[in-house]
Amino acid sequence: MSNENVQIVRTTTWSAGPGCHGGCGVLAYIKDGELIKLEGDPDHPWNQGRLCARALAMTQYIRHPNRLTRPLKRVGKRGEGKWKEISWDEAFDLIEKKMKTIRKEYGPESVIFSMGTGRDIGPWICMLAYAFGSPNVMFSLSGSACYGPRISACNTFQGNYCVFDAGQWFPDRYENPKFKVPECMIVWGYNIAATCPDNLFGHWIIDLMKRGTKIISVDPRLTWFSSRAKHWLQLRPGTDAALAMGMLNVLINEDLYDHEFLEKWTNAPHLMREDTGKLLRESHLREEGSENKFVVWDDTGRRLAIWDGSQVSYNLPDVNPALSGRREVTLADGNTVSCHTVWDAFREEVNNYPLDKVEEITWVPAKDIQKAARFYAKSKPASIQWGVSIDMTPAVTPLCHAISSLWALTGNLDVPGGNVITRFAYDAVAYALPGADGVIRLRNKEQDACRVGVKEYGPYRTFHWRAQTDLTLEQIFTGKPYPIKGMWIQTAGILNGIGLDPKRWREALKKLDFIAAVDLFMTPTTQYADVVLPAATFLEKDGVRSWWVPLQSINKALKVEECRPDVEINFELAKRFDPDFKYETIHDLFDDIIKPSGMTYKELQEKVWSIPPEEHPTVPYFRHEKGQLRPDGKPGFKTPTGKFELYSTYREDWGLDPLPHHEEPPLTPVSRPDLAEKYPLILSTGRRSPAYFHSEHRMIPWLRQLDPDPVVEIHPETASEHGIGNGEWVWVENWMGKCRLKAKVSPIVPRWMVMAAHGWWFPEKSGKEPSLYGVWESNINQLLPMGHQGKDGQGAPLKHSLCKIYKVGAKEES
Amino acid sequence: MAKKPEYGLLIDYEYCTGCFACQVACCQENGWPAGMGGIQVLEIVQNLPNDKAYLTFMPFPTELCILCRPRTKKGLEPACVKHCMANTMKYGRLEDLAKEMGKKPKMVLWSPR
Repeated sequence: MSNENVQIVRTTTWSAGPGCHGGCGVLAYIKDGELIKLEGDPDHPWNQGRLCARALAMTQYIRHPNRLTRPLKRVGKRGEGKWKEISWDEAFDLIEKKMKTIRKEYGPESVIFSMGTGRDIGPWICMLAYAFGSPNVMFSLSGSACYGPRISACNTFQGNYCVFDAGQWFPDRYENPKFKVPECMIVWGYNIAATCPDNLFGHWIIDLMKRGTKIISVDPRLTWFSSRAKHWLQLRPGTDAALAMGMLNVLINEDLYDHEFLEKWTNAPHLMREDTGKLLRESHLREEGSENKFVVWDDTGRRLAIWDGSQVSYNLPDVNPALSGRREVTLADGNTVSCHTVWDAFREEVNNYPLDKVEEITWVPAKDIQKAARFYAKSKPASIQWGVSIDMTPAVTPLCHAISSLWALTGNLDVPGGNVITRFAYDAVAYALPGADGVIRLRNKEQDACRVGVKEYGPYRTFHWRAQTDLTLEQIFTGKPYPIKGMWIQTAGILNGIGLDPKRWREALKKLDFIAAVDLFMTPTTQYADVVLPAATFLEKDGVRSWWVPLQSINKALKVEECRPDVEINFELAKRFDPDFKYETIHDLFDDIIKPSGMTYKELQEKVWSIPPEEHPTVPYFRHEKGQLRPDGKPGFKTPTGKFELYSTYREDWGLDPLPHHEEPPLTPVSRPDLAEKYPLILSTGRRSPAYFHSEHRMIPWLRQLDPDPVVEIHPETASEHGIGNGEWVWVENWMGKCRLKAKVSPIVPRWMVMAAHGWWFPEKSGKEPSLYGVWESNINQLLPMGHQGKDGQGAPLKHSLCKIYKVGAKEES
Repeated sequence: MAKKPEYGLLIDYEYCTGCFACQVACCQENGWPAGMGGIQVLEIVQNLPNDKAYLTFMPFPTELCILCRPRTKKGLEPACVKHCMANTMKYGRLEDLAKEMGKKPKMVLWSPR
């Protein structure tokens, strides 16, 4: 490469292009306005010069011949594939007119704003929806079963999310003297390292392994981590909570837990009434007492004491709360009730999971669970990296409760090398994840009352700011409690990626009066839109990435035809929908978002990334001790009790089981032996590919060659029983439908399970109905139902359904 | 007579995760179309006793590997080495790399064509 006229732009990956949750620092080599090469930035603390296959294929992405480069208006029927190029002004005018008509006739909430995975469109789709007046921003996966439930659960029990510590809050990373390498890390339902989910760089785990971290792998598959694990717990999909309860059982009954953390920082001593099974509150003792104050038995003073969660203090001096024991308590009405402590109830629940029973549920040998639990508990520090599989079960919140109790009770919360509380760097929030609150808000809270799912589900009411997906789909058909008439679909592959039961979604799309889609390529989903707008990759835009750490800018390196960044598209329309829209320019908006950092957007762009100084409250460690987690600056956690809640006050308020526990998922051989008779194999889906981000990248030649076909992994013995050879096409079928996948015969899956790749469509095939880029051939989501969300509206069974398999062309069973 | 090889790649395959960054980095650097390239990642699944197995990935330099001569001449690492997500690859003189190879198990030293 000649260096003449080559300009190097330092920027940050996020969103379209590699497709991921971003964070990598890159150097874009630009010549005559064209990208000639993308490299990892060696001076960036996140990736330290490394870069993944998807980012390295950007030159093929940017100038792909099939990229959308001009706005399109549909001129045929939906799905007919007839389009006309129009100008941006025409497109904006049309969208404005149609959406304002719906708003006038049915109300703003009648338009759903549908997004795919959490990328930098997250803040901008909210900005547009809220300017329009609709609270209904929908992450389009059943039960929002990706990340949101885990964050929401952590808000419930510990007030903030946490992640494994890889020194990411320090520019010098592993070399920082405050950082410690964990002795043990549980990699729980997470593979492969090349995917960087949850705003972490997957290969940080490999960095830690090289520095001595030993792995416990929890996975039904023989993953790369399972191969190298000190302990591999090969569990039956969907039984993770039973496993975590079994580990807690070992921890508690072998006295391997951190007594100081338990006594000081959890609500273990709070009294519970045996008549109601609920917490004893001050209001039960005195009529003028508060609902939000809790009661303990003070061992020193031999009396009851009141714990005030808002003041994080007792009403009496020198209280020594009893962790255990039964007391008779006289209530305000003169009646007496028996009470025991939260710790008594927690232990009783944990004792429901002796290891022989856990083995029966999980299929993991009891002795392996015991060894792994002991190793985790005795390692100091130790951390847990959990993957999206955790979200992909309906009882996700009780599961998260069990796992987070593991890191809390071992004293690994917010300690060096443990699971550290993670907040947005400098508290600058662009994209409001569950629990966060940024500058992009609805004009008033009343507008939020009609958000789909708010009435039904506590977390959605309290801190999960999305429309509940399964209820939204039903509401499109029923029109109750109000009609849904329009949809704004921004980089969401409802039919080809994120939507379960995609044929039902297609019927739903067909019912709508108006659909606008924003994407980079035509997809099966965009075929149903009325207008399709061409979006830009991360290299074609300015942006802000504030997702944990660092605070980063995305710096525009080039322009492609008429493609526009999502933020610009949404900004223009937001101004048209909201006469009081408060920003003049996009940089004004960015300035406002990053204001807590003390920097202007221009200054951030110069730096590209910025990590807060070590004493900043968004930087670890021990912040519950230092009073850096709560808005009032008091020590403790940002929960209703100020404690890590072993018994959840929120869950009690929501009418849900407040203790961690296992619930058998709805579509397993255990819960549905009737279905298992006909469909004897466990169907798991969604194993990650290093080549693709979900349904993206199938048209990028360098990436497609790495993973060319939709694959189903089958154990050699299972394949042989079915007469299936490696590389042969097979039907995977259940009561919902079937799809055609290529057998990868390998012992990386157990005999009783098959693993089907997700997100498959074929951009090389015709986009018109009935082909729709071949989406009905191999999209595994056709075998997965909507409507099995958890009791709190979160989580869905994506990892554990049932199926049968047979060779394509073989005599098909009835 | 063929010129004696002087430089090579030392690969710590214990830590290769099969991310394929090397393969695409090579295509980008050298302009290879899909299906060609100087390095390919192979997946090896070895059955072990007691119903166990082990998953290994191995980057293999092909006929097209020129050890990124235009880059190394400028003092840069080969594109695959630079981008390896697990930092498993090292470029250098074969004799130096051979010494390094003795420091830990599960290493392979390649001397491409």
